[in-house]
Amino acid sequence: MAHETGSLSEATALSRKRRAAEKRYRLYGLVAISIGLLMLVILIGTILSKGLTAFQQTFITLEIELIESKLDKKGNRDINEIKKVSTFGYAPLTKKSFEKLFSAYNLNTALSPKKASKILSKSAASDLRKFVLNDTSVIGKTISFEFLTNSWIDGYLKGRINREDIQNNKNVSTEQLDLVDELVKLGIVEKKFNLSFLLGSDASDMRPEAAGFGVSMVGSFYMMLVVLLLSLPVGVAASIYLEEFAPRNWITDIIEVNISNLAAVPSIVFGILGLAVFINFMHLPQSAPFVGGMVLTLMTLPTIIISTRASLKSVPPSIRDAALGVGASKMQTVFHHVLPLAAPGILTGTIIGLAQALGETAPLLLIGMIGYIATNMPSTLLEGLASPNSAMPAQIYEWAKRSDPAFYERAWGGIIILLVFLITMNTLAVILRRRFERRW
Amino acid sequence: MAAATLLLAVIVFSLLAFFGSSYRVSYLVEGDKKKLNSRLHYYGLFALLCAGLPVSIAYFFWWLLTPFYFEASVVKFLINSLEVSPDENISLLLGQVNTIRDTLLSVDYSNTTELFNQSGTIDYEVMAAIYALANQPFDPETRSFLIQAGYDLWILENKANNTFRIALFFMILCIILLYFFLVKPGFRARYYVENIVLGILIAAAGIAIITTVGIIISMLFETFRFFELHEWKDFFFGYTWAPNFHGDSEMSILPLLFGTFYISIFALFVAVPIGLFSAIYLAEYSSSYTRSIAKPMLEILAGIPTIVYGLFALITFGPFLREFFGDGGAFGVNWMSDARSVATAGTVMGMMLIPFVSSLSDDIINAVPQSLRDGSYGLGATQSETIRLVVIPAALPGIVGAILLAASRAIGETMIVVLGAGAIAKFSGNPLEAMTTITTRIVSQLTGDGDFNSPETLVAFALGLSLFLITLVLNVIALYVVRKYREQYE
Repeated sequence: MAHETGSLSEATALSRKRRAAEKRYRLYGLVAISIGLLMLVILIGTILSKGLTAFQQTFITLEIELIESKLDKKGNRDINEIKKVSTFGYAPLTKKSFEKLFSAYNLNTALSPKKASKILSKSAASDLRKFVLNDTSVIGKTISFEFLTNSWIDGYLKGRINREDIQNNKNVSTEQLDLVDELVKLGIVEKKFNLSFLLGSDASDMRPEAAGFGVSMVGSFYMMLVVLLLSLPVGVAASIYLEEFAPRNWITDIIEVNISNLAAVPSIVFGILGLAVFINFMHLPQSAPFVGGMVLTLMTLPTIIISTRASLKSVPPSIRDAALGVGASKMQTVFHHVLPLAAPGILTGTIIGLAQALGETAPLLLIGMIGYIATNMPSTLLEGLASPNSAMPAQIYEWAKRSDPAFYERAWGGIIILLVFLITMNTLAVILRRRFERRW
Repeated sequence: MAAATLLLAVIVFSLLAFFGSSYRVSYLVEGDKKKLNSRLHYYGLFALLCAGLPVSIAYFFWWLLTPFYFEASVVKFLINSLEVSPDENISLLLGQVNTIRDTLLSVDYSNTTELFNQSGTIDYEVMAAIYALANQPFDPETRSFLIQAGYDLWILENKANNTFRIALFFMILCIILLYFFLVKPGFRARYYVENIVLGILIAAAGIAIITTVGIIISMLFETFRFFELHEWKDFFFGYTWAPNFHGDSEMSILPLLFGTFYISIFALFVAVPIGLFSAIYLAEYSSSYTRSIAKPMLEILAGIPTIVYGLFALITFGPFLREFFGDGGAFGVNWMSDARSVATAGTVMGMMLIPFVSSLSDDIINAVPQSLRDGSYGLGATQSETIRLVVIPAALPGIVGAILLAASRAIGETMIVVLGAGAIAKFSGNPLEAMTTITTRIVSQLTGDGDFNSPETLVAFALGLSLFLITLVLNVIALYVVRKYREQYE
């Protein structure tokens, strides 16, 4: 090719090759980005398709006769007498109501009422008992009550379980599914929005249909409260010192290297630290949100310090000079002028740090925030901080570990809630940045 | 005097000190503020800090250190007690005493005083009643001297704490009164207040150091205990990982290290090409509009909590892979017995790492001076040739730094491997087999009901220390390289 002649605009073999290479290279980049974005789409799609169903639950509305002779033998409506009737006393009532249901609608089924009542959740009797104890005046009346169905029926109506899969399943039979099909046509069984998933507490292994996310949301809330109250003041104070006061010497160098390293230490190491120091050494209670909050604080601090320092640095020196010029001390300059101007940036960094902490799971596993079924909503601030609870990511992990696939749906549903929180926080951070960001 | 009362007293006194001394100074100069050395509120602030700070610090150290004294006194009592035979496990007895003390603590004091008899001893019935009050099961087999020791410990702690709190209470009172009568208009209140505040700022910056030191000391301490109980040669040079809670475990870090690096490298093989080419495209080819959309979209991947990726690996991606490679799968091979495998965890972890590589590389490629590109174009190179032969070599140190940071992230990643990688420790090259990592073993050794004196639990601290050191080295190198590179072109 050494002696090729002709116009430069005429493509030679070499330039054709080089142009092809150019196109290929560009394509590689495009393909890489598309794969990255495709992965994001697949992930979000999976979460939505598997998790949205958790917000709906199958309910069955039954006419229940609350027979006085069974629930309140003496008839004096004494709450302590009524409390003595355990859930076993309520179970026959549901059986009776199925009997009535069969005769009222003339249903043809091979199932006995007792077998049919098995389509209810295992918590049905205790739900009914709670309802009666709440308002004893309903005893003796016939009420219509909404029961949860068990997770197999729920799964059948949501398409998670089909008839072929349940041939050898002891928990559910094809006759029951036939019955459910009939009841769906009659409008007695239907899927409804499941408020107790948002507000309720976790349930035991056998009752996935009753498990809720609310209590762990409260646990996460208290942890974030601790993280905010500890890491914001400490982080801002540390950044002010490092950025405004610290002399440049080897000690501050060590602190700086340290902070950037701490930001990259695996989160599980903070969990080990929390276990060794807070629980084994200081004997603080396991599973308590304030211990979890302290561990997450240590993890969040470097993030907050780094972003706070960046926003302090972005305040121009002329502001400091002006303040010093009219006689303010160094400390007054920082607290009266620099800090207020840096506040939006600090706030943004804090929100992003909190969002990170909110989704962190590994350290929580080590300080015992799993394996614990959080059943009670804390009633006071102190109880919320100190009594054992779960947290959103820990609750998701807990559900992911259970063997019943019905819990997976809950886990994905929990993820949706968690992501909604994260998206809200990050959007807030972006809005704050856009709204208050100053260009000097 | 309860802790809450003391806290309330500190707050009330501090506020009193603030307003009292401001008022006092103002009175001394007859309202003429020009005669004051500092502005009025600094006098109040100084009083407030004097009242609040020493008490808080003293209380903090008291809370931190006295438990050791109490524990030592109980241990001494147990060792000297005739009822304890020499071969008994003191720490086990200590645990029982502490439980009894905690139960006593959890019951409201005013309810229980009448339960104790005159001579200060405590008997079974009373103890059972207290346990009932605390809603705890009482073991009637508990030995009586342990109950007595728990009770004595409780009394001792109560007395000591109350005395200390009352002492603190008077201390604040004295400081405030002293200040109130000694303060003069010429007092350099601002100077002292600012120095105290500076001290607080330095203490806050010191927390970063304390955390690191805390991590190292707590893990070193437990690691030494581990090596007292377990052969160090087995830990570093053994071949098998087979912890056994009945003793006689083989616990070597090598198979775990192998699994950790295998999965991390697998993840990097997914993340680095995608991330790097994305970064090149974003930095060199794309319009600013595409870039402003695609970059944040990719960064969403880094913001998604790892538990989400873990669940995705376990429930969606693992079973998906098995449909191809598993028994009766689309490829008709049976290479994959479990949904959890190196490939499952590695691919999903790679997804998570893409933005770590792409964002940092993108910044670094952008930092390469335009003059280098212009020089290359001037010599007739195409855009891709410029990128390959000029931009990438110039940015290489920074890109290596970014990849090292991603690697450190991969090695320390926990939730994805806990849910997606399996629990089998072995040396195997098949990426479709389950394999385990350091982080998963830390979680499994520490989340059981293990006893913190057994080597099977303590090994987690040795693993944690190793993990900390590996990631520390990677981070230090990465940060050094990235920083060095930035300086080069600034």
